[in-house]
Amino acid sequence: MAEKEKLLEIKNLKKYFPVKGGVLQRTIGHVKAVDDVSFDIFKGETLGIVGESGSGKSTLGRTILKLLDPTEGSILFEGNELAKLSHRKMRPYRQNMQMVFQDPFASLNPRMSIGELIEEPMVVQQSMSKQERKDKVVDLLRKVGLPEEAREKYPHEFSGGQRQRIGIARALSINPKFIIGDEPVSALDVSVQSQVLNLMEDLQDEFDLTYLFIAHDLSVVKHISDRVGVMYLGRLAEIGPKEKIYSNPLHPYTQALLSAVPVPNVETKREKIYLKGELPSPSNPPAGCTFHTRCPEAHERCRLEKPEMVHQGEGQYVACHLYTPAAVK
Amino acid sequence: METRVQPEMVPKPDIIEEKAPKSLSPFQLAMRRFLKNKLAIAGIGILGFFVIIAIFADVIAPHDPTAYDMYNIEAKASSEHWLGTDSSGRDNFSRLIHGSRISLTIGFFAMMFTILIGVTLGSLAGYYGGKVDSVIMRATDLMLILPFLLLVLTIIAILERINIGIFIVIIAFTTWPQITRIIRATFLSLREKEFILGARSIGASDARIIFRHFLPNAVGPIIVNATLMMANLIIIESALSFIGFGIPQPTPTWGNMITEANSLRMLEGHWEAWLPPGLAILLTVLAINFIGDGLRDAFDSRS
Repeated sequence: MAEKEKLLEIKNLKKYFPVKGGVLQRTIGHVKAVDDVSFDIFKGETLGIVGESGSGKSTLGRTILKLLDPTEGSILFEGNELAKLSHRKMRPYRQNMQMVFQDPFASLNPRMSIGELIEEPMVVQQSMSKQERKDKVVDLLRKVGLPEEAREKYPHEFSGGQRQRIGIARALSINPKFIIGDEPVSALDVSVQSQVLNLMEDLQDEFDLTYLFIAHDLSVVKHISDRVGVMYLGRLAEIGPKEKIYSNPLHPYTQALLSAVPVPNVETKREKIYLKGELPSPSNPPAGCTFHTRCPEAHERCRLEKPEMVHQGEGQYVACHLYTPAAVK
Repeated sequence: METRVQPEMVPKPDIIEEKAPKSLSPFQLAMRRFLKNKLAIAGIGILGFFVIIAIFADVIAPHDPTAYDMYNIEAKASSEHWLGTDSSGRDNFSRLIHGSRISLTIGFFAMMFTILIGVTLGSLAGYYGGKVDSVIMRATDLMLILPFLLLVLTIIAILERINIGIFIVIIAFTTWPQITRIIRATFLSLREKEFILGARSIGASDARIIFRHFLPNAVGPIIVNATLMMANLIIIESALSFIGFGIPQPTPTWGNMITEANSLRMLEGHWEAWLPPGLAILLTVLAINFIGDGLRDAFDSRS
């Protein structure tokens, strides 16, 4: 990886949700949804984040956009610290960062027409005349492949894929530099998934966008991403260029995930790695490496010591004791 | 027989004028469902009838509803007094007509005022949560703990003079907790929706999120509860008048008229004095409840 311009730097980001209990509703613990995650996003790339349900990938996306307040850590967007900003102070930055949501049936206000929906970010963020906004809406509708008449219609008149296009048009309406896709295609049929993915890729070229693409579908992530990060129980297990991750996964969890991807050829012989047990509760994650309870290669050190992210060459980082030199005793 | 039509004579089927079916907002769709509900339409008819009577009461009523006629106390029905007269010789029919005015006015404005308080407090509690929510919810708890009737009677007893305005304020002051809770609950369920997050993610202000995203999605519960509440308030007004704590005489209200018949003698021998106002209350409340039920069905159906 040559020196690329960093758009976003995430450093030691943590998001803990308090767990309340008892008669007095005191905080009795924390769900560590995102626990000490650090990575960079470079300008113009697509970073895919994969992980199973409950691994904290959606929380990560929402925390970066400050829809949730981070517990700790820093979020640098073009060098500006966002982590501590209030909702009001955050407003100018939202011009540059937008989100496409997971559920196309819940992410559009059912009482607003498509025109109003796409227009809303412009109303909030920019001072444009009514006519300018209308022109922009028509333009955006065309770009995402919907007819102009859609402007007058309401969300319930559209299918899931069409609604997701509307969601994309809405996100694009204020020309952001960075878009977080929070499982934007996981609620769609496979045939529609590819349409929406291709649309997102086309728009990326056209508008020079940077994506953080959150998904649990490895093949979707492989299709769209330049780099891929794998999350497990709130932590980043491995991150690196797509080719490296898919051809040479280092972390045992990544290996297990990839071995579970179905291959469209019954003849292929392949070794499946089955993980034992369930995903541990994020309110009480295992000590040391969070993966050691299910890891086929776990050893003593994994139970005691939390592994750090270590560079393995060519931009591939892994948090696993198999690849870190043993601490000198 | 030249029955054959020349080909060029065949009228071209009008190019189907692609009259794109007009797009309806969810609210319009609900209204369309509502209009298919026969009971609700009947309710609108009955309520409309009373509203018209209330508006034109001065024209319809043959007598002044507050005019005494001491020579004609508790008269039987006659061509002069269609429903007889009350204990002060006031014409019952005129009082019935004018009573619709008071009942509907109190029902409507007390409802509006209650909704205003309830929606404001419910929105604040549901939107901000935390401390704001705690304070408002404890206040509603406090109001709900106090027995409604006792509270109203105490307030009315403390105040020396009661007129319609004060009465409306008292009613609203004592009935807002229910609607507050309903609005808060609606907000809490909406708060988890992704489109609310979406509104936040574009940097929308709190006011914008409440007015453009929460409230339009809460119109269903608000309208339904407002309607049902209005029926309730009309009964409350009548009940309070009946026990003598409502709008004081000689103002004609349906409740006051029934109070007049508060004796066995009247009940047995003078049905024309108390049956019509009773029926009027029954019909109005029934009509409003039909409308409310129709609205609930229209807004609730998840189609």
